[in-house]
Amino acid sequence: MGKLRAAVVGVGQTHHRAKREDLSMAGLCREAIDRALLDANMTLDDIDAIVVGKAPDLFEGVMMPELFLAESLGAAGKPLLRVHTAGSVGGSTAIVAASLVQSGVHKRVLTVAYEKQSESNAMWALSIPLPFNMPVHAGAGGYFAPHVRSYIRRSGAPAHVGAIVAAKDRNNALKNPYAHLHNEGTTVESVLASTMLWDPIRYDETCPSSDGACALVIVDEDTAAASPNPAWVHATAMRSESTSAAERDQVNPRASRDAAAYLWKQAGITNPFEEIDAAEIYVPFSWFEPMWLESLGFASENEGWKLTESGETAMTGRLPVNCSGGVLSSNPIGASGMLRFGEAALQVRGAAGEHQVDGARKAFGHAYGGGSQFFAMWVVGADKPTS
Amino acid sequence: MRDVAVVGFAQRQMPDFDGSPTCVEMLVPILAECYEQTGWTRHDVGFWCSGSSDYLAGRAFSFVQAVDTIGVDPPVNESHVEMDLAWAMYEAWIKIQTGEVDTAVIYAFGKSSAGTLRRTLALQLDPYTMMPLWPDTVSLAGVQARAGLDAGLWDERAMAEVVNRSLTDAEKNEYAIRKGGSSVDELLARPMYADPLRKHDCSPVTDGAAAIVLAAGDRAFEVRDKPAWITGLSHYIDSPGMGTRDLTRAPSAANAAAKVDLDGVEIAELHAPFSHQELILRRELGLADDVRINPSGGALASNPMFSGGGIRIGETAKRIWSGEVAKGVAHATSGSALQQNLLCVLEASTGKVGA
Repeated sequence: MGKLRAAVVGVGQTHHRAKREDLSMAGLCREAIDRALLDANMTLDDIDAIVVGKAPDLFEGVMMPELFLAESLGAAGKPLLRVHTAGSVGGSTAIVAASLVQSGVHKRVLTVAYEKQSESNAMWALSIPLPFNMPVHAGAGGYFAPHVRSYIRRSGAPAHVGAIVAAKDRNNALKNPYAHLHNEGTTVESVLASTMLWDPIRYDETCPSSDGACALVIVDEDTAAASPNPAWVHATAMRSESTSAAERDQVNPRASRDAAAYLWKQAGITNPFEEIDAAEIYVPFSWFEPMWLESLGFASENEGWKLTESGETAMTGRLPVNCSGGVLSSNPIGASGMLRFGEAALQVRGAAGEHQVDGARKAFGHAYGGGSQFFAMWVVGADKPTS
Repeated sequence: MRDVAVVGFAQRQMPDFDGSPTCVEMLVPILAECYEQTGWTRHDVGFWCSGSSDYLAGRAFSFVQAVDTIGVDPPVNESHVEMDLAWAMYEAWIKIQTGEVDTAVIYAFGKSSAGTLRRTLALQLDPYTMMPLWPDTVSLAGVQARAGLDAGLWDERAMAEVVNRSLTDAEKNEYAIRKGGSSVDELLARPMYADPLRKHDCSPVTDGAAAIVLAAGDRAFEVRDKPAWITGLSHYIDSPGMGTRDLTRAPSAANAAAKVDLDGVEIAELHAPFSHQELILRRELGLADDVRINPSGGALASNPMFSGGGIRIGETAKRIWSGEVAKGVAHATSGSALQQNLLCVLEASTGKVGA
């Protein structure tokens, strides 16, 4: 038995900012939900079920906040699920929502992912000392910097490749009215001149802390017929590996490679670099663009940085990556993965506005989390999947 | 819909788990039991899903180390919900329904004793208007019980009858941490704890973990002669507003009941952490008088957070496997005062000719 077809017919997101003090958590989610429903030409009454995703509850200081949010999200009287798979959660949540349709259990599913980082302190939440555990007091940057150094050593990439990614994404963000950072005049030189935080990751090569939400409306084939521009789900994949196995390759994790291989096979894609028209890849620190390009099969090993350096990942290149500005320009953690999935859908729907890639037919959305151990990804297309 | 059955179940429940809040040490032998019951290795498992809470574990990403329990090299197809085992099983059931996988192992864990549970659970409340008052969950359940007493929907004797039956049945459950029936009069003579609740009206604080194994079609018959087929699975949520909803009702339980066929169920394992909540659930589910409630002793005997609901599914499945009953319903709840409810109907037959 195959999966039933599912399509994204509504995408909504907040204006991401460091502090959305004008909104409660419920208000933040509703800003994204209301935009997604408007885009889908639906109301909450049309929705069968709601799937909520976010990263750790300690990020806002509320245990299982979907319980207190239930009524505000329009979930009272409906089924509600809450997904939490670390930084990949926005992607995983979209996949769970899609599976509710692909299984034939529901026809119209609303999914929302959010983080209101200003209500708590993510650095604190990630740094609680645990008995018999390696402390991560440096937050995510300190954790990932050694992986980046290892990548640079292995690949022989020139030292400025990270800055190329950062300058590209920050300039792409200028075309996205929802992006948190709108840093005019960012150049490779200005990035290289910014403060070194966790060598080799500089201040301007780091994602911001954002308040924000993203919502998607995912529907079955019959319902999608009413949409002028559905984004069809061609393939989804989730893979996980352990945190601490000594044999792990943390630069190019097997869970990432396995997930990508499964994804391309499902989508009938043999050459992702040629066949994907736009990619939204989870890049919280600049160097993860070339790292993931290799792991995902867009480039061969140690060659990913060459795509970046030669401008192939710019909006004018053959594989535009993070035209929205990406995680480097907006990072409401729990929503960041769903934003990648949603931006991919916007591209194939021709609805990405100023950061639209002309004629995009197939797009890739990606999220990762934990210590590069949880992966969620999908391929969406303007055409119905053939299989 | 594909035919999917519960084919494996393992559990641990105790007053105080002497180990880490990640419960990895507890989960390893539980998964080993699942392999033993099924004859599988982890390579036979198509999908993994877990349920747990960061606030219970006192850390961010409580599930990350639990994933190590699986031994995830090579990597696995895996997900996690910040919910009870029963909802984790729902996600896995959906995954099987998509056709992507045929088998799944679902596990959940929680060390309630690591903090003061009724205060920890207060953090589930609206952070802007309610949580700053720190209304603990036992007190909120007391408000609910009082609403039913005042409305004449039940009396203290009916609540004590629930307790007496539960603790009597719990004597046969090796995992029950509170057990031993006495008499309704003796129970009513005990002191109030959170008026109108006596201590025995409230589930005991329990540490524990559990795992459920699902298999589709023929894969289920590879494991058991009498798989417990899931013939109905439904869940709903209600408003959290304690002041805006009728606390004597649980519309989400009634909504779930309307989506499944409860006709002919012989047993009902109801996840009622407070005695009066069983009375509410019986009414919302419209259970006949001859339906046997909570033969395991139910949540009043032990109630490990995040597996307590799923354990109801496992306890029902065990009675299908053994041939003791042909049809049963399991229930799980989450949130304050029965805010969110799930029903899972299990049967010895799929209901299809030739199955």
